[in-house]
Amino acid sequence: MLRIEHLGKQFGPRLVALHDVSLQVAPGEIVALVGASGCGKSTLLRLAAGLEVPGTGRVLIDGAPVAGPHPSVGFVFQEPRLLPWLTVRQNVEFALAGVPKAEQAARSAAALARVGLTDFADAWPRRLSGGMAQRVAIARALVARPSVLLLDEPFSALDPFTKMDLQAHLLDIWADDRPTLVLVTHDLEEALVLADRVVVLRSRPGRVHGTFAVDLPRPRNRTAPDFQAQKQRLLEALDVGN
Amino acid sequence: MPNATLVLTPPAALRPAPPAAPRPRRRRPWPLGAALPLALLALWETLARTGALPPNLLPAPSRVLGTIAALARTGELWPHLGLTLARVGAGFVLGGAVATALGALTGYAPLARRLLDPLLQGVRNIPSLAWVPLFILWMGIYETSKVVLIAVGVFFPVYLGLMSGVQGVDRKLVEVGRMYRLSGLALVRRVFLPATLPAYFVGLRNGLGLGWMFVVAAEIMGANKGLGFLLVDGQMTGRPQTILASILLFAVLGQATDAALAWLSRRLLRWQDTYSMSEGPGE
Ligand SMILES: Nc1ncnc2c1ncn2[C@@H]1O[C@H](COP(=O)(O)OP(=O)(O)O)[C@@H](O)[C@H]1O
Ligand SMILES: [Mg+2]
Repeated sequence: MLRIEHLGKQFGPRLVALHDVSLQVAPGEIVALVGASGCGKSTLLRLAAGLEVPGTGRVLIDGAPVAGPHPSVGFVFQEPRLLPWLTVRQNVEFALAGVPKAEQAARSAAALARVGLTDFADAWPRRLSGGMAQRVAIARALVARPSVLLLDEPFSALDPFTKMDLQAHLLDIWADDRPTLVLVTHDLEEALVLADRVVVLRSRPGRVHGTFAVDLPRPRNRTAPDFQAQKQRLLEALDVGN
Repeated sequence: MPNATLVLTPPAALRPAPPAAPRPRRRRPWPLGAALPLALLALWETLARTGALPPNLLPAPSRVLGTIAALARTGELWPHLGLTLARVGAGFVLGGAVATALGALTGYAPLARRLLDPLLQGVRNIPSLAWVPLFILWMGIYETSKVVLIAVGVFFPVYLGLMSGVQGVDRKLVEVGRMYRLSGLALVRRVFLPATLPAYFVGLRNGLGLGWMFVVAAEIMGANKGLGFLLVDGQMTGRPQTILASILLFAVLGQATDAALAWLSRRLLRWQDTYSMSEGPGE
């Protein structure tokens, strides 16, 4: 479970990236964060991951305050960020430092099988397409079995087909262990396909503007009328106060 | 609306390509670069044999090779060769080690960079041969001053290569390291070191090249053994074939040691996504 309490972050004397943001995400819940560029979505995620130190407030993961990167939190960046000097398998095992070698091998093999890349385990990252590289990044984020997975625009650099493919794939993987998922996206359709809840942020300073409960059964069908109706509602919700 | 985009998505994106089959062994391309030197050598040989070139100034290539063979046969060659190699080796190790320590420090720690780099850049602007008299005065005419001079030559390319390499390490990859709770030495070993290796190898190869340049200078200044001594000896005794033999040996040794470094670098940097890598193994 992820609990964000009165989180604030300032860069320099003028720039308030986040101001008093509170958010609670239930275990196994999927939350999408949307909002204009620069409204602090990445900062919020990075604070939750312990990659930045909060100015005010705190983040709790499973009840414990976050004080730096933590094994129960996985992170998928916008770019795959694979280490080019490690093979695909070694990249996944990078997340398992300190785990015995034999167990590392078994777990990375399972994680790669889960994302359908067993055949590429010994390939260099330069051989992978963008979608495959991002799947390796997902395998790396999940191989340590985190209870919270944070994703910062994970599919925004992919072509639409690969994107839909990976969205479905993420839901599949999520169904196995049901980690808590927080995902930043610019794509409202993506938010509606994946999330139980869409949290809208506003900028200057970055703050929570409102929350939108996605009222759709799973699996979701983007072409169904109720999906389109939800999209319409979300668009209207976003327009408020503009 | 997404459907319209879908049509444009290449079908190749549907399924990942199967892993590449083991690459068929590439036939080595015909060494085109050898054609011109060979032609020039043939021309030189003919001109020398017909007497068009004065033999006391430019002896035939066959005579130069003969000189090397004779030096090898009498055993005279090996001490010269060995000593020159040892000087370059010692200078390379010394200069390279100091450069590695300082380059890593200034690349990693901004404070050290602000403190040390201006001084080192200033020293770099002194033409290195200007140090020679001082080194001889301090360390005598024998090995120490020669090795130190070579080390000075090796130092700067390695230092600059490593420093810029460390500074150029992708912040995003460092963050991946931090995300998986690496810090200190583990972060250096698993992220900084491999990320820096390409720039470091470029520095090492440039440094080795300068090492060969400086060994010539050091041996011309004063030595009674070494390939550089052969140069001077050939000049003093009016034997151009000895000078040319020595030049040829310098070329071969320089090329061979650089090829060894290049081979090592290719082995360690197999992962690199560069144009030359896509061409497969080869120069
Ligand atoms: N490390 C940083 N240093 C200075 N300013 C930053 C830093 N990170 C983010 N910012 C600023 O904070 C604001 C929020 O950034 P970010 O969280 O990346 O927004 P988003 O991801 O919503 O586009 C932006 O104005 C950005 O310029
Ligand atoms: Mg962002």
